[in-house]
Amino acid sequence: MARTATYQQAINEALAQEMERDETVVVMGEDVAGGLGTDGERDAWGGPLGITKGLYGKYGDRVMDTPISESAFIGAAVGAATAGLRPVAELMFIDFMGVCFDQIFNQAAKFRYMFGGKAETPVVIRTMYGAGLRAAAQHSQCLYPVFTHIPGLKVVTPATPYDAKGLLIQAIRDNDPVIFCEHKGLYTLEGDVPEEPYALPFGEANIVREGDDVSIVTLGRMVHVADEAASALANDGIECEIVDLRTTSPLDEDTVIETVENTGRLVVLDEAHPRCNMATDIAAMVCEKAFDSLKGPIKQVTAPHTPVPFSDTLEDLYIPDAAAVQKAVKAVMESSK
Amino acid sequence: MSEGIRTVCMPKWGLSMKEGKVAGWLVDEGASITPGDEIIDIETEKISSAVEAADAGTLRRCVAQEGDVLPVGGLLGIVADESVADADIDAFVTDFQANFVPPEDDDEDGGPATESVEIAGRTIRYLTRGEGGTPVILIHGFGGDLNNWLFNHEALAAKRVVHALDLPGHGSSSKDVGDGSIGFFADIVTGFADALEIESAHLVGHSMGGAIALAVARAAPGRVASITLIGSAGLGSDIDGDYLEGFISAERRKDLKPHVEKLFSDPALVTRQLINDLLAFKRIDGVTAALSTVRDAFAPGGAQAEAMRDVAGSVPTLVIWGAGDQIIPASHADGLPDGVDCTVMEGQGHMVQMEAATEVNRLIDERVG
Repeated sequence: MARTATYQQAINEALAQEMERDETVVVMGEDVAGGLGTDGERDAWGGPLGITKGLYGKYGDRVMDTPISESAFIGAAVGAATAGLRPVAELMFIDFMGVCFDQIFNQAAKFRYMFGGKAETPVVIRTMYGAGLRAAAQHSQCLYPVFTHIPGLKVVTPATPYDAKGLLIQAIRDNDPVIFCEHKGLYTLEGDVPEEPYALPFGEANIVREGDDVSIVTLGRMVHVADEAASALANDGIECEIVDLRTTSPLDEDTVIETVENTGRLVVLDEAHPRCNMATDIAAMVCEKAFDSLKGPIKQVTAPHTPVPFSDTLEDLYIPDAAAVQKAVKAVMESSK
Repeated sequence: MSEGIRTVCMPKWGLSMKEGKVAGWLVDEGASITPGDEIIDIETEKISSAVEAADAGTLRRCVAQEGDVLPVGGLLGIVADESVADADIDAFVTDFQANFVPPEDDDEDGGPATESVEIAGRTIRYLTRGEGGTPVILIHGFGGDLNNWLFNHEALAAKRVVHALDLPGHGSSSKDVGDGSIGFFADIVTGFADALEIESAHLVGHSMGGAIALAVARAAPGRVASITLIGSAGLGSDIDGDYLEGFISAERRKDLKPHVEKLFSDPALVTRQLINDLLAFKRIDGVTAALSTVRDAFAPGGAQAEAMRDVAGSVPTLVIWGAGDQIIPASHADGLPDGVDCTVMEGQGHMVQMEAATEVNRLIDERVG
């Protein structure tokens, strides 16, 4: 497996390979075919960041530019999914969920349940999330906990190019609605990605790093922040075990409990706002199911309970960084002696 | 190198290894060692193993300590006779460390990299090391790939050209396995030799790869200089059908691990990375179907379809087995035709070429000359 690709290329390749394999796979969204600054088919931009670039040239009308109306095209994608297509709709920023939320949580998420298991809704909603790109309060949030809250949705947050490709292929093949969350700070990240198609199962966390002292459970871009912190902590003789959840729904509770049983100490790291996020969810689950394994209190590292600031200086302070993780790990070590 | 002073250096296990971590010395400074002794445990991202002594003498210096991370080629220790003065050894170490340059990243400067050829409409990946002499072709087993030879390939290539290939359905080769039979794979190996213009080769096969070597020797004896069969299929009907089924059907780490542990005499060698790599392979589209096709042709109903015991000995044949092999029993090495050299190694399992690499490499070196 020598070939490397970026997170962005991995997503593009997953879309292209699934469109090639299955003609019911269609892509729709704002600017996904053409878009900003282009005038032809061959040089069509492929979304604001070029993620879907090249698909229109290859698959033509199966890549649809839509009006700027999330309620309309997300609703259309959900409806098309119930009628036999496998649409991959692009909700440009996760922050825009507000204008199409009914279509997602009252319709897509409920069909299988309300039609007695007879309806399937194999729709994927790809969406960008996360802070760090100076995109301000309405384009920078980590709203995956909101989707995770809703039964009937599957929620995916890949941290690496390898995971992005395998999880997106699984999302497209999955017969339930999947919210596929792409951190915009990861698009240029490079990593090993096999050229062939492959599917990664949902609900299987990845142990990114093994260690016996403290578990750091995290997801998305924060996996890399945790890794940076763990490398620094290793120099101080503290070995961290990092668990990347990969999917928040379904959640791999077993792997989280096992790592806590191994280390007895837990730091949960989440870029989302601190109330009702993945950090609180994991902390509560561990307290209920693995309390006896804990040697001391759990620490949560999250963004503050504020909108994402537009000021560069404040945004940098807002995002959890390796220093905050190191501080939390040391505090957990100190309080569990 | 100074008279009588031998280095123990960080080995390179596989293409991607850049550095290794010292997990601990297995012998004390001052101990007398002989070739093949395990002297130091090394961990990498992919695998943990012991480095075996290449030279006889006394371990005079443990230069690297437990927990140290060294680049490939970095100095771990010094072996020398008692007669060598301490001052000479200290001077040697100082000189080595002052002049040591870690190898450049191979991927970027045209170092060892896999190549590929088209055979029967399929892309076959292979890796070539060494040059000259009668070529050796390394053939991995069911579910394996050319990395199964990571402790053998470089060592054997010191004296001749050695090719290791990924069979169809495996590694980075095409996933189309035809009818999945041993005969199909034998044709691929013969086609590989044709493509590389190899007149005659020493075939070294592990497990199912041994059965493939036997089939090539039967079909084209003139193309085969010798066969080396390691924990080989094709010499009897017994095989652990539960292993084959478990390997194919396991979709998660926890399900796969117990099956993979059966391959080794030391289950600790089954690292998380090894399991992750196997899962990444199995999750590629078409792999599970390919493996099922191969299993159904090669070992239907949990028994090997074909034994080729009469082929053993028709060309020069070396048989190596781990006495504790849990996949294919070492008893298949009993009663082979006259002229077959047979070594059954106590305390070893199915992956004997990895776990007792130095001894296996020595036996093959002797055989292929």
